[in-house]
Amino acid sequence: MSDTHAQTVAFVRETEIPPSPPPASEAGVIKWLRENLFSSIANSILTILGLIAVYYIVVGLGPWLANSIWQSDSLAECREILDGANGACFAVIRERWNQLLFGFRYPVDEYWRPALAFVLLFVAILPVLFSHLPRKLLIGTALYPFLAFWLIWGGSVLIPIVALLGFVVGAVAYSMISARSFVGAIAAAVIAAAATWWAGGLLLRIGADFLALRAVPSRDLGGFMLNMILGTVCVSLSLPIGIVLALGRQSNLPIIKVLCVIFIEFVRGVPLITLLFVASVILAYFFPPESNLDLVLRVIIMITMFASAYIAEVIRGGLAALPRGQYEAADSLGLDYAQSMRLIILPQALKISIPGIVNVAVGLFKDTTLVAIISMYDLVGLIRGPILASTDWNGVYWELWSFAALLFFVICYGISQYSQWLERKLATDHR
Amino acid sequence: MAMTEDMQVDTSQMKVSDEVAISIDNMNKWYGSFHVLRDIDLTVYRGERIVICGPSGSGKSTLIRCINALEEHQQGRIEVDGTVLSSDLKNIDKIRSEVGMCFQHFNLFPHLTILENCTLAPIWVRKTPKKEAEETAMHFLRKVKIPEQADKYPGQLSGGQQQRVAIARSLCMRPRIMLFDEPTSALDPEMIKEVLDTMIELAEEGMTMLCVTHEMGFARQVANRVIFMDDGQIVEQNEPEAFFSDPQNERTKLFLSQILGH
Ligand SMILES: Nc1ncnc2c1ncn2[C@@H]1O[C@H](COP(=O)(O)OP(=O)(O)O)[C@@H](O)[C@H]1O
Ligand SMILES: [Mg+2]
Repeated sequence: MSDTHAQTVAFVRETEIPPSPPPASEAGVIKWLRENLFSSIANSILTILGLIAVYYIVVGLGPWLANSIWQSDSLAECREILDGANGACFAVIRERWNQLLFGFRYPVDEYWRPALAFVLLFVAILPVLFSHLPRKLLIGTALYPFLAFWLIWGGSVLIPIVALLGFVVGAVAYSMISARSFVGAIAAAVIAAAATWWAGGLLLRIGADFLALRAVPSRDLGGFMLNMILGTVCVSLSLPIGIVLALGRQSNLPIIKVLCVIFIEFVRGVPLITLLFVASVILAYFFPPESNLDLVLRVIIMITMFASAYIAEVIRGGLAALPRGQYEAADSLGLDYAQSMRLIILPQALKISIPGIVNVAVGLFKDTTLVAIISMYDLVGLIRGPILASTDWNGVYWELWSFAALLFFVICYGISQYSQWLERKLATDHR
Repeated sequence: MAMTEDMQVDTSQMKVSDEVAISIDNMNKWYGSFHVLRDIDLTVYRGERIVICGPSGSGKSTLIRCINALEEHQQGRIEVDGTVLSSDLKNIDKIRSEVGMCFQHFNLFPHLTILENCTLAPIWVRKTPKKEAEETAMHFLRKVKIPEQADKYPGQLSGGQQQRVAIARSLCMRPRIMLFDEPTSALDPEMIKEVLDTMIELAEEGMTMLCVTHEMGFARQVANRVIFMDDGQIVEQNEPEAFFSDPQNERTKLFLSQILGH
């Protein structure tokens, strides 16, 4: 090293360097294209191939959509109007609109009931989805299942009221005893609720026509409505059951732990379609013949079991990801098990599990179409059966299936967007 | 073990009061077949500040975690504040709500704001009204000198600030005893002082404290007893002056030379 350098080694700053803005990046379309689409030879080739694919899709689909027919009574008529040109026959969706939504046996005059239930569904889930809404709205959410049941299935208004009353009485019994004994409180709640339902059953015999809507049996439900019912009910039931199973699997009590593990592993090891066949055929043997457990109810039980096993495993992953220190901090403050789970552990574990839970929920919603295989007329069953088999519309595959795909896509994409919004909102860890 | 007992001075002369806060009799603990804590006898009087030191793995954390039942002991008797630790959950929750604990890694709840971290246990365990709990929380946040951070989340605070929040969170339960497990070990050097200052202030107010730490300056300044542990045993305990100037046991001497002399 030279002398001059040696003199410059010792250094004391005398002037502060003021902060300056970062250099302005050269903007522009050309630059963006060059950087993103043509940055290398391989990238350029892919871009060109992509453009070719887009071209063929547009050329293929464009006229098909542009020439589409919305007004016609059969495929034959569609073809006549098109006169050899390439065009979609969306008239089937228009003509079968109500069937696609409500099934082909739901009484036409009563369509307003499930439609109203559908609209109210959004009102009911809003306070669940958006926690900054007033908490009082949750009362409406709690009442919604009973109202929706009444609207869709009809019958006397006393049926949902008695059902609701049973839950209320059970909850009151629980809260009266829970301070003394948890198990006793559960037992009291079950007994009180059962007694209420039994007494209500007597009342129903007398008041079967009290404020009755026209009763619609489960086998008359169909269309996208059936998918929505199964999806909503099963997702909302499988989340709490999944949480309980996940906590049970972590339990210190061997019996509970083993029961949860067996349930989860068994259900996960069996295809859903098998469970659905069990629901449609075999489950009937286990119940007394006169009980005639509703097929929709049996299917709900099966799908819920299936989904809750998966959700339990997703949540177990979330629980395992939490540092032990969180459990210890909660314990060291004197929180009991229920409090530390509800206030500390689950909020964090569920937050970690959101992508997995949404994955299961979206999958479950799409899997509700499997009921078509056990001869239920959900959206898929309906298209495959009554509509495509009819002489009028035999052969309109593309239009019908893309309509079905669109309905499912809208719902699933909505769920997915919501979950991403929720994740961003809950991101408080500032990593 | 007889050897170690000879070297212990009569601790009853160091006590600052007659009231016993914690008494541990002949306590033993195993992890599987590994004997982590061996024949621990320890009496802590109300208002005492005890510093526990010893090499890594000697069982210091395990010992103080046994006191609030984060770890189970298999033999012996632990009595905290007049309540004997048994497997009865009610007893355990009661003791935990009377004993505050600060961890090496703070363990704040990342999904709650600083204020919510501090009010959670008073509201749910003590059933304090929210308003009152918030006032208490702000009082203790002022005391640890970060009231202005009340609405932030733990992830937005520095390590030293987080540890002070953790101390405030414990204090909000109005504990009669505080346990510290290496509260400054995870901190950058410039933040250690702010946490130690908070602890010193606490000690001066007469809080009963059990503190696992290697901050020997802190031990000299506030402890009235220093305990040295090795291999799951209490090897030596003495007043800080005597402990540092005149250690008796060879292992204590070795440890002190490693930690003090460079
Ligand atoms: N949960 C555990 N299971 C088994 N061994 C453990 C567990 N926790 C700690 N140990 C062991 O017990 C000994 C004492 O640990 P610890 O009390 O954490 O020591 P210290 O805090 O003094 O460093 C160590 O050898 C450690 O490996
Ligand atoms: Mg330790």
